[in-house]
Amino acid sequence: MQNPITITIDGKEVQVEDGTLLISAIREAVVDLPSLCYYKHIDPPLGTCRVCTVEVNGRHVASCTTLARNGMNVVVHDDPTLHDTRKAMVEMLFAEGNHFCPACEKSGDCDLQGMGYQLGVNVSRFPHLFVDRLIDYNPKRMVIEHNRCIRCRRCVDEVMSSDGKRVFSFANRGNDTEVAIDYEQEATLTETQAIHAMHICPTGAILVRGKSLARPFGDRKYDIGELADSQTVPIVFPEVRALKNGEKKVIATVSLAGCFGCHMSMLDLDLGILDLVELVEFNKSPLTDIKHFTKKVDVGIIEGGCCNSENVAVLREFRRKCDILVSIGECAIWGGLPAMRNTVPLKECLEEAYLHSFTSENEAAIIPNHEDIPKILDKVYACNEVVDIDYFIPGCPPSANHIWKVVKNILFDKEYSVLLSEFKYD
Amino acid sequence: MQPIQLARPQLLNAIWAMHDVKGFLDNNDIAQLAILFNTSAVEIDGVVSFYHFFHRQPSGKHTIYLNNSIVSELNGFEEVRQAFEKETGAALGKTDPTGTFGFYETSCIGLSDQEPAALIDFFPVTELTPQKVKTIVAKLRSGAPAATLCDEPKNNIRYTPGERTFILKEYTPGTALARLKDFEPMEVIQQVKDAGLMGMGGAFFPTGIKWEGCRRNVSNRKFVVCNADEGEPGTFKDRVLLNTMPGLVIEGMALGAYAVGASEGIIYLRAEYRWLKEKIEQTLEDFREKSWLGDHIPAKLPFSFDIRVQLGAGAYVCGEETALLNSLEGKRGEPRTRRYFPVERGYLNKPTLVNNVETFATAARILEAGAEKMRKLGTKDTPGNKLISISGDCAKPGIYEIEWGMRLGDLLALCEANDPNYVQVSGPSGVAVSMKERNRRICKEDLLCGGSFMVFDKSRDLLKILLNFSNFFKHESCGICTPCRAGNFILNRKLEKLQMGLGSLRDLVEIEDWGATIKQNSRCGLGQMSPNSVVDAIHKFPEYFDQRVDKSGSRLNRGFDMDAAVREYEEAVK
Repeated sequence: MQNPITITIDGKEVQVEDGTLLISAIREAVVDLPSLCYYKHIDPPLGTCRVCTVEVNGRHVASCTTLARNGMNVVVHDDPTLHDTRKAMVEMLFAEGNHFCPACEKSGDCDLQGMGYQLGVNVSRFPHLFVDRLIDYNPKRMVIEHNRCIRCRRCVDEVMSSDGKRVFSFANRGNDTEVAIDYEQEATLTETQAIHAMHICPTGAILVRGKSLARPFGDRKYDIGELADSQTVPIVFPEVRALKNGEKKVIATVSLAGCFGCHMSMLDLDLGILDLVELVEFNKSPLTDIKHFTKKVDVGIIEGGCCNSENVAVLREFRRKCDILVSIGECAIWGGLPAMRNTVPLKECLEEAYLHSFTSENEAAIIPNHEDIPKILDKVYACNEVVDIDYFIPGCPPSANHIWKVVKNILFDKEYSVLLSEFKYD
Repeated sequence: MQPIQLARPQLLNAIWAMHDVKGFLDNNDIAQLAILFNTSAVEIDGVVSFYHFFHRQPSGKHTIYLNNSIVSELNGFEEVRQAFEKETGAALGKTDPTGTFGFYETSCIGLSDQEPAALIDFFPVTELTPQKVKTIVAKLRSGAPAATLCDEPKNNIRYTPGERTFILKEYTPGTALARLKDFEPMEVIQQVKDAGLMGMGGAFFPTGIKWEGCRRNVSNRKFVVCNADEGEPGTFKDRVLLNTMPGLVIEGMALGAYAVGASEGIIYLRAEYRWLKEKIEQTLEDFREKSWLGDHIPAKLPFSFDIRVQLGAGAYVCGEETALLNSLEGKRGEPRTRRYFPVERGYLNKPTLVNNVETFATAARILEAGAEKMRKLGTKDTPGNKLISISGDCAKPGIYEIEWGMRLGDLLALCEANDPNYVQVSGPSGVAVSMKERNRRICKEDLLCGGSFMVFDKSRDLLKILLNFSNFFKHESCGICTPCRAGNFILNRKLEKLQMGLGSLRDLVEIEDWGATIKQNSRCGLGQMSPNSVVDAIHKFPEYFDQRVDKSGSRLNRGFDMDAAVREYEEAVK
């Protein structure tokens, strides 16, 4: 080191070169710090995502745009609210975009997903905005999926045509800010260059027609291997009432606007389910085919969001009857795949489905309606938009292990942590 | 033959030149600019789409921008909007079918003391009424150019503190400049330091330290930039300064240039003040004739300095100094990361001094009158005087030169606010103040004010005001960092929910939490200040919010409105 200086990271003094980028200094000191838009080779750093926020001398700063100076007091993990702040940034990105992980080509290799798992994002505290965004099929080789763009700016900085012109640029401003592509420049890219652009996109916003990612789903960066299974996500579960002697806990389940996949995943508990039936009593649930609540329930498990008036009525009843409500799966948590319609006006959806489809006969076609059938809501609502939800198990479907741990927690009041590999959105 | 190529800082001017011809840029224009600037079309488009006065679709032979800031909204925006739509045949955000008129809304245009106001072809029209709109549009139709119809905006200088007036006293051009004969550059800086001058744009950074920092950075080229991008809603003091004494501002810039060793100056003038450009340029010309600008400015040391005016194009964030520098360089006005101060690497990476209009004007007054004179005014931490732009519910909206330290209640009495309930100090990004705080003093020791002072009486609905502010930030965020871009959008939805009467106590807690997240983590001042007004208001007007949220603690979320949720379906199956 030419000009060594001393900074304090979480109470520990370390020596670094004067003017080192703070994020590098922190990582060199083997302190784990997440980031989404920081790449060593991009100088100056993009500084857009703010996930690498730390506290320096009492103020929040993005560590990727701050230079280490002598005497700096840096807090990374010692203050748990900083972890929450970084988590909030990732949750904001989820709420802002339309990230349907189970339907995304990049799923498993997506850095936003990885960051969500790492930080333990099981639900976004922010309601999803569901803004209608373009999928741009105009470029020669690429498809630009604006729903998935997190505006990190990496492609803007890195993807250049052979004569040094930018292929991407930020466009518009405010909540309309997006990354636009230059069709003319894009057409000059070689196939290798185009595929490179797809690879450097941290999410699935840049796709190349006819090209898929090398590894199959389930076998990707954030599915296995690269994230050590020793890394866990601490979960805090709400308290359940104490049991009297000989009493069994009562569970109810329901599938609202879902596909029953989460219920299938519950069955994936395999032999565990045999233990379970000994220990708990099921009340209203498709598993028992009990249609109506017959008593007060300890835990209600909700699959699916609310897409019609009946879903809302059922969910409200669950809230009244159950001490604790658990949203299970992406649909219950924020709408999931059914919420793909949320960016399209309901009238258009209904007309497309019932009036203009290939199978509808012009004369007879109507949009179904009768006093006995539920009314379709203007959009699919997350369960926690309708009632309070106490816990969220993410996934499409959630991992059986994650479910099992939650169940164990309820039954035995045991603290537990979820492994990173048990944390899934797809 | 090599095509002629232009340097990137010329981009905004090149776009303006093309834009002025037909009121928008088509794809050919963009392609042509891409060739001129040797860049890709998407990069040009990125710049064009950043600034809201640039259009990519026809914007009419006459383009009308109606101000949608809160003071306008409370003084008849809606009726005036309807009148414009009726008379021109253009719906808001569009042109009429014949393409004669384009009608758009825009954020504060610096005329809050004479609202509702609009710009027509960038000429101001003020105190609009449906009747006045009818007359104006009829005249435009009959071929009268907007320049002949516009109003000369009133300066409305309502109050100066008599003998103790410092900024708005009589101005004799050349007085401050003449003082340079007695001063070394460091002595000029010392004067500014001794006077205790701080940045009057709202950041209040000590001006002397900034000047000294810029002087210390050795470079063959330095710049002095005057930030005339007065965009904070409710502020119009810089407009009045530039309209009444542009020379004073120019002299201030020249002093700054002499002090830091710069020879090039730029006034970054917001497009909303385009109507002032000619006046400023004429003044610059007069100065050159008198050798007050140019190669041989009489000063103690050899000194040459000249100034050009750069027109902005509509973006509030360009008032942030690093965003302004990017804009000057012909880029999107995104704030830079704070690795270097502008005095280290500013415009074109050269040391650059950026100060606000009022700061330069005050600097000139300091050299005229001497630092001690200013020290005798104001408070210990904020010596001197401040220009305050008062608007809203008071009998005398306009400019007030007050001594720092004046009590809020006294200022309210001066402007004849009869029934004030809520004052938004320093604009939407400032502080919300209730009448319990009447005794607070306007100064650094207590309550700073960057210039905007909006008064609202008891008849005004707080949420309507806050939602107006929130809409403003949602659109004016530069969009580059997550908390400001997404966070302000999210807060905006939350306020809409409250306004619909669907809020609960938890929503108020969340607004505070999420507001803190946006404040602490945004890249620049815009994001860092954006949640201030709403968070303050929740604290200071608990009775108001108490009545508007569900406090039952019910676990059935009141925010879900079943009637509203099935309305679309019921319409569709009717």
